[in-house]
Amino acid sequence: MIECKVDYLKRIIEDVLKVHGNHRSSLLPVLIAVNDKIGFISDMALVEISKQMDIPIAEIHGVMSFYSFLNKKKKGKYVIRICRSLSCEFKGKNRIKNVIMRELGIGVGETTDDGLFTLEETNCIGMCDRSPAMLINDRPYYNLTPERAIEILESYRGGKII
Amino acid sequence: MIEKKVLLNKLDRGEAILRAVKMGSEKIVSLIKDSELRGRGGAGFPTGIKWERVLNQSEKERYLICNADEGEPGTFKDRILLEEYTEKMIEGMIIGQIAIGAKKSFIYLRQEYKFLAEKIKNTIEEYKKLFGDKVDFQIDLRFGAGAYVCGEEFALIESLNGFRGEPRNKPPFPTEKGFKNKPTVVNNVETLCNIPHIVLNGASWFKKFGVKGCYGTKLFSVAGDVEKPGIYEVEMGIPLIELLEHVGGVDSKAVQVGGYAGTTVVPEDYYKTLCFGDLPPGGSIIVIGKNRDMGKVLENILEFFLEESCGQCTPCREGNYRLLEGLRLLRDGKASIKYLKTLFTLCDVMKISAKCGLGQSSPNSFLAIMKNFKDEILYNER
Repeated sequence: MIECKVDYLKRIIEDVLKVHGNHRSSLLPVLIAVNDKIGFISDMALVEISKQMDIPIAEIHGVMSFYSFLNKKKKGKYVIRICRSLSCEFKGKNRIKNVIMRELGIGVGETTDDGLFTLEETNCIGMCDRSPAMLINDRPYYNLTPERAIEILESYRGGKII
Repeated sequence: MIEKKVLLNKLDRGEAILRAVKMGSEKIVSLIKDSELRGRGGAGFPTGIKWERVLNQSEKERYLICNADEGEPGTFKDRILLEEYTEKMIEGMIIGQIAIGAKKSFIYLRQEYKFLAEKIKNTIEEYKKLFGDKVDFQIDLRFGAGAYVCGEEFALIESLNGFRGEPRNKPPFPTEKGFKNKPTVVNNVETLCNIPHIVLNGASWFKKFGVKGCYGTKLFSVAGDVEKPGIYEVEMGIPLIELLEHVGGVDSKAVQVGGYAGTTVVPEDYYKTLCFGDLPPGGSIIVIGKNRDMGKVLENILEFFLEESCGQCTPCREGNYRLLEGLRLLRDGKASIKYLKTLFTLCDVMKISAKCGLGQSSPNSFLAIMKNFKDEILYNER
């Protein structure tokens, strides 16, 4: 695992604190920024945030572990989150999940060997009128069919995201 | 009965803000109180009273928070408002700031809706340019990080404060000690979208819609086994059956009303009305088709609560675990039928002893489904 450079990490934290001020209420924005830019929140990041914001590491860890979108471990470059709530389940969410598992050769909660994709299930993403739906990082995809799902994966693999 | 009346109607940009500036705090608050507008997030607390409580605080540093952490399964009405009616929410927030005397407000947007952030930021900028010299306001966009319970107002405030998003004991209420321990108003997106319309058209106009004690219109997100899924604006108090007829969902096994935290309604009860005090008008309508396995439906619902329980209080953390376990045991024939009675008692305990709405409402669907579909789940041929 490659640990990110401390300087880059420092800059991410400083940038957020500049905008929101160095106050406890800036903790979540800091964690989200580190998570977005580096992909996960490493032990080194915890130490650095603790130093800059003067909050005990255990406290920060407690906050971080509460939120499902904040990663403790490195995940794939693209995190696929398939909605598992009722409307999506009714409209064939499992077919989508199965085809993605087959195409990527991974199960739910796993990451592909090339580090490109992580597959997860998530609770309602508010796309129920267009089920089944999923998120890849921040981007929502809806009215999915198995073939459409494959197309989307291919587009991410090829670097031309649809 | 079903048409664009208020929320999905046109709004002339900025007029309500100018009117609000002229009115000043007291007049706006008493107007909203007169309109008897109730919170659209689900709990239905009167908005005007919330605002008044903050206005009456001696502390001058106050905050307004727009709750855009729409996480109730089956709800997507706020997504539509955030995406297509952004300006209504922003106007509602600016008017709210004038009303309670807050210099700063926040939009707490769920991470799942991050793709809407740019549109929201741009709209805030536009309003800053247009009205920045007339009104002293500031709107910050903040993100959640994937926690359903943060839709609860205290959990949301804790999250904004930089802590785990766990509900607190009340009192003190957020109107006394909220964000940074200062008086804070938390309003749902849809609540705020109603505000500019009320300011422009008055309280008695607003009260022409809906029923006594529950005025105005309401957005419903309709999904599931239904012909025409989507967003519908209806007057408060219409019978569920009327909405179902309109969207093609009458021929169904049951309807999940008010999301997972709401309740499961069977066809005999479709005549009931959507308003506070009857069927929960939170906004989520999931139609469950005739061929669906109710055991699976309940399992899905309970898995959700087990995962989203913040784990702080025992009735919710343990209770949801036992309900799910119990459902599986009973369904698979591994527990005595008598165990169901014990689980019903557990439901009652959870309802009265859980700390927040999550644990208090999670037994609703268990009770409804287990009572109405007992035969299907317990006495199957598997």
